[in-house]
Amino acid sequence: MSKPISQTRQDKIYDIFNYTILILLLLIVAYPLYFVVIASFSDPKLVATGKVLFWPKSFDFKGYLEVLNYTPIWVGYRNTLFYTLFFTFLSVATSLLAGYSLSRKAFPGKVIITAFLLFTMFFNGGLIPTYLLVKEIGLYGNPLIIILLGAVNITNIIISRTFMRSTLPDELFEAASIDGCSHFSFFFRIVLPVSKALIAVLVLFAAVSQWNSWFNAMIYLRDPGYMPLQMALRDLIVNQSAMSMASENADMGGDAVAQIYLVEAMRYAVIIVSTLPIMCVYPFVQKYFVKGVMIGSVKG
Amino acid sequence: MKSSRLNTGSGNLKPLSYRIWESRQLYIFLLPAIVLVIIFNYLPMYGVTIAFKDFKPHLGIIDSPWVGLKYFDRFFSMPMFTVILKNTLILSFYMLLAGFPLPILLALMLNSASNQKLKKLVQTITYAPHFISIVVIIGMVNIFFSPSMGIVKNLLNSLGWLEGNLGVLIDAAAFPHLYVWSGVWQGLGWSSIIYLSALSAVDQSMHEAAIIDGASKFQRVLKIDLPSILPTIVILLILESGSIMNVGFEKVFLMQNSFNVSTSEVINTYVYKIGIREGQYSLSAAIGLFNSGINFIMILLVNQISKRLGQESLW
Repeated sequence: MSKPISQTRQDKIYDIFNYTILILLLLIVAYPLYFVVIASFSDPKLVATGKVLFWPKSFDFKGYLEVLNYTPIWVGYRNTLFYTLFFTFLSVATSLLAGYSLSRKAFPGKVIITAFLLFTMFFNGGLIPTYLLVKEIGLYGNPLIIILLGAVNITNIIISRTFMRSTLPDELFEAASIDGCSHFSFFFRIVLPVSKALIAVLVLFAAVSQWNSWFNAMIYLRDPGYMPLQMALRDLIVNQSAMSMASENADMGGDAVAQIYLVEAMRYAVIIVSTLPIMCVYPFVQKYFVKGVMIGSVKG
Repeated sequence: MKSSRLNTGSGNLKPLSYRIWESRQLYIFLLPAIVLVIIFNYLPMYGVTIAFKDFKPHLGIIDSPWVGLKYFDRFFSMPMFTVILKNTLILSFYMLLAGFPLPILLALMLNSASNQKLKKLVQTITYAPHFISIVVIIGMVNIFFSPSMGIVKNLLNSLGWLEGNLGVLIDAAAFPHLYVWSGVWQGLGWSSIIYLSALSAVDQSMHEAAIIDGASKFQRVLKIDLPSILPTIVILLILESGSIMNVGFEKVFLMQNSFNVSTSEVINTYVYKIGIREGQYSLSAAIGLFNSGINFIMILLVNQISKRLGQESLW
């Protein structure tokens, strides 16, 4: 609501100051992202010599063509799709089911079980004992471990519990149970339909975290055929660049230089290819992400 | 309180055994979560005992001989002990110092911006990096700061501020700055959400009264908005300091190279290195336990402080 009171000079100065900083910040965050996009479409030689700054120069898709023929990325893509799908399903299902049970007031043992779950948030065995355990139970090298490890997210269980407590009063179930409705059918016919916003939040958080994860794969998988997308990315854009850091200074012949330019182009292209799915969905689901932070901040 | 007839008793008057029987399906609902938590969270806690044992893979965890605090003694007397402790603390405190106040500033600025379109645009853009994987973020850092071909080197060259190649990536002294500021770049917008939501609860009538009293916008931000979100700030600050030993392991690990290892070796990366790569399980489990022990104490401490301040306890 705009007030009829005219803005004072001080307020105008404040606004100018405020907007300038916000726009500056906008540019600082947006420019690196924008630069990756334009660099991926430009001649790598011009990119490497600093000729590409604000718009693409001499359109070039070599990087993308190279990525297209680089199998580890596509194997990784396929694996990540599988991992994300199953991990998200398992994670969301366990959170909803556990959250529902713990949200019921008359449920005997809910305090003990909640404490049992919460304790793991504050203390854990750590990397080495977990690693030894995974080896012992024979899941080392088995892609199943990527789906199972971290699928039960205590924060998400607490979020679900809080959400269901406030949206599904116990009286509702009691009324339904008079008509012979069991917890089982109540869960599927009432709880799930009214928890759509919650489910959206849980699905999005689980999917993004699995899409972006690589560490468990590095620790527990060996077979390159099982590696997720982020591991292939890591080999391409983190490890190789570290290796080439030392050699970049050395004098090199024309062929070697061309090769380096090609790898550079590939790096920009692969960043786009791997981040595109999330960035395409992002604007549409932004409100859910924000909602998730809100629900999550209630407790936990 | 409705005195609904259906509601009477609501189980509490019925005997416990009956309530348990009535809730049998709820236990089944909890089963998958509990089984997975037992396997992947509680069983490794038993494995922690190898920190006090001479773990031999062929003997297994149970049959390996107890050695008491041998590996803790060894860790505390290692020259690496002070190095990784120092690096861990430097990175966390630096990150807290830079990464904590800036989102508050951003939230205050966004909240006081009357142009809704700009506000929305800034939010959309600054939240986005949060969803980019850490691998890609570090890949971008490596590409931008590449010694001979990176855009930063090219820009500095053309401005005449630098001659020749850029050494940032292979400079141990530059590592903390790269780590912290890339983290700020990625998390700034996302971390501001919680403050923005706190700001949206500020009573508008206070602002209106202040306007009538002739308060300027800046004064109102300083005297109304900031004090209103102070409780949120305090709580989050306490929470943050509770995880002071938890440096973003994956990120440090990805940024580490043989040139910057003197500032980038933190407790977690060291545990990985000597545990999984070198197979010194007992020693690395001892170091890991030291780390989670301190974390645990910090969280208890922080929760106690938060209780004292009259805020809600964390559990």
